[in-house]
Amino acid sequence: MRLTFLLGEVGNGIRRNASMIISVVLVSMVSLFFLGAGLLAQREVSTAKGFWYDKVQVSIFFCTSQSTDVQSCADGAATQAQQDQVKSQLDSMKPLVEHVYYETSQQAYDRFKSQFRGSPYLSDVSPAAMPSSYRVKLSDPSKYNEVVASFEGQQGVEAVSDQSNVLSTFFKLLHVISVGAVALAVVMVICAILLITTTIRQVAYTRRRQVSIMRLVGASATVIYLPFVIEILLATVVGAALAVGLLWALVHYGVEGLFHSSGSSTGDLVSMIGTADVWDFAPWLFAGAVVIALATAWITLRRYLRV
Amino acid sequence: MIRLEHVTKRYAAGGSAALDDVSCEIDRGEFVFVVGSSGSGKSTMMRLVTREITPTAGSILVAGRDLVPMTERKVPLLRREIGVVFQDFRLLEGKTVYQNVAFVLRVLGEKRHRIKQLVPETLELVGLDGMAGRLPHELSGGEQQRVAIARAVVKKPPILLADEPTGNLDPETSAEIVTVLDRIHKTGTTVVMATHDQGIVDVFKKRVLELRSGELVRDEAEGTYAADETRERERAAQRAAEALLRDED
Repeated sequence: MRLTFLLGEVGNGIRRNASMIISVVLVSMVSLFFLGAGLLAQREVSTAKGFWYDKVQVSIFFCTSQSTDVQSCADGAATQAQQDQVKSQLDSMKPLVEHVYYETSQQAYDRFKSQFRGSPYLSDVSPAAMPSSYRVKLSDPSKYNEVVASFEGQQGVEAVSDQSNVLSTFFKLLHVISVGAVALAVVMVICAILLITTTIRQVAYTRRRQVSIMRLVGASATVIYLPFVIEILLATVVGAALAVGLLWALVHYGVEGLFHSSGSSTGDLVSMIGTADVWDFAPWLFAGAVVIALATAWITLRRYLRV
Repeated sequence: MIRLEHVTKRYAAGGSAALDDVSCEIDRGEFVFVVGSSGSGKSTMMRLVTREITPTAGSILVAGRDLVPMTERKVPLLRREIGVVFQDFRLLEGKTVYQNVAFVLRVLGEKRHRIKQLVPETLELVGLDGMAGRLPHELSGGEQQRVAIARAVVKKPPILLADEPTGNLDPETSAEIVTVLDRIHKTGTTVVMATHDQGIVDVFKKRVLELRSGELVRDEAEGTYAADETRERERAAQRAAEALLRDED
């Protein structure tokens, strides 16, 4: 079968079943949009958690030369002796303190740089402004208060923080969004599959004479199926493209617009996903669309279109 | 070319046989009428030969292929050897005469210059030269059937099956159509035509296979339709056919 002839047949099929094809486009768009939104919410969780979140419960940040406004840092940057003092205190708190990681200010700066890539605030930060820290893993995370209390206000210690506490509500919310979006996506994918099945059956009906003639003159199953498969494939790929466009708009105007340019404080507290993350997922959404379209079309055709 | 050996076809298990132990052989280059009233098994026989259906018992050989053990993948290859014409023409309404005939070749992936050569050639063979740009609804029944015949033979199959090709046509047009089939037969094609058109069968004097309730009751060279029935319609067809045959020679 020549390409121009095949494309002509495909065009004919789309014209004659425009409403069905459009509904396949829309349903695949909505299902992939929710799937993408769910994935982005998950990505946001891992972006916001950063490197230490799942590994430690308590972080002890030492004073830097810039943190003079904190009372315990009045003497300037933490001295080696002050740091050693903290280390030995931590060692004495075993077995509650299970593990201690030390992060130098240079390491902190490098990690900060990668976590907040693309953020306008980064340009203000130098490695010297990043505190070195002890990251503490507890054997019983619920007792983080004991650790926090014993280091709070100690000379040379700028802050003791329990990150998980600050962010857990935010993560719970994201988790709900993500689970909800994926659940909706699953429902919509089922809709898409059923709709593709119905569409193929309708297209097959409007093209029944053509198909019967193709069978009669000895066209192979592949040749008979091909226009159907290409029509559905086109519809779902267009749907995927629209879904990626919507996700891009959501992230660009929603997330980036709200949290970065308006100067909202959330932007510097939590690193947010960007449009680059949408592009990361786009190929997977397209691949998903193609797989769903091909599998559904092929099964439906084998089942309903006798060759 | 076509051989049926003890072929029985039941559509429902245990039901009555649409074809009952039929054996016959049609050689290369023959022109055969399969006659019988509606429900006698003519269409079943046609559908068995194109392997739309498989026999309940017996074996069928078509163009050197054994149809019973044939896998689904091989069926298209068989059908490329057979052209089929129906009573209801089955043309594609949105396509012109030319496109209807070219459709077959395009589906089979024929090269463009071959299509440009074969389609006009075939349209001329069936007497439709100059009609290439018409749409099916602009044509008479006889012309539509000629398009269907052109479509069936454009890929030059060795076998042409026609299932009641004159069933929807008036006697004169029927005779014209059978004349076209006869012309195709003369190019070396094996033609099998199922019909209950007595006038046509009597005039063209070809081999006749008669089916009655699924049984083959007669196989006669240069036979006639069962002679006891006389209908006005067939007589008119006969007169028209005779006139046309004279023109043809």
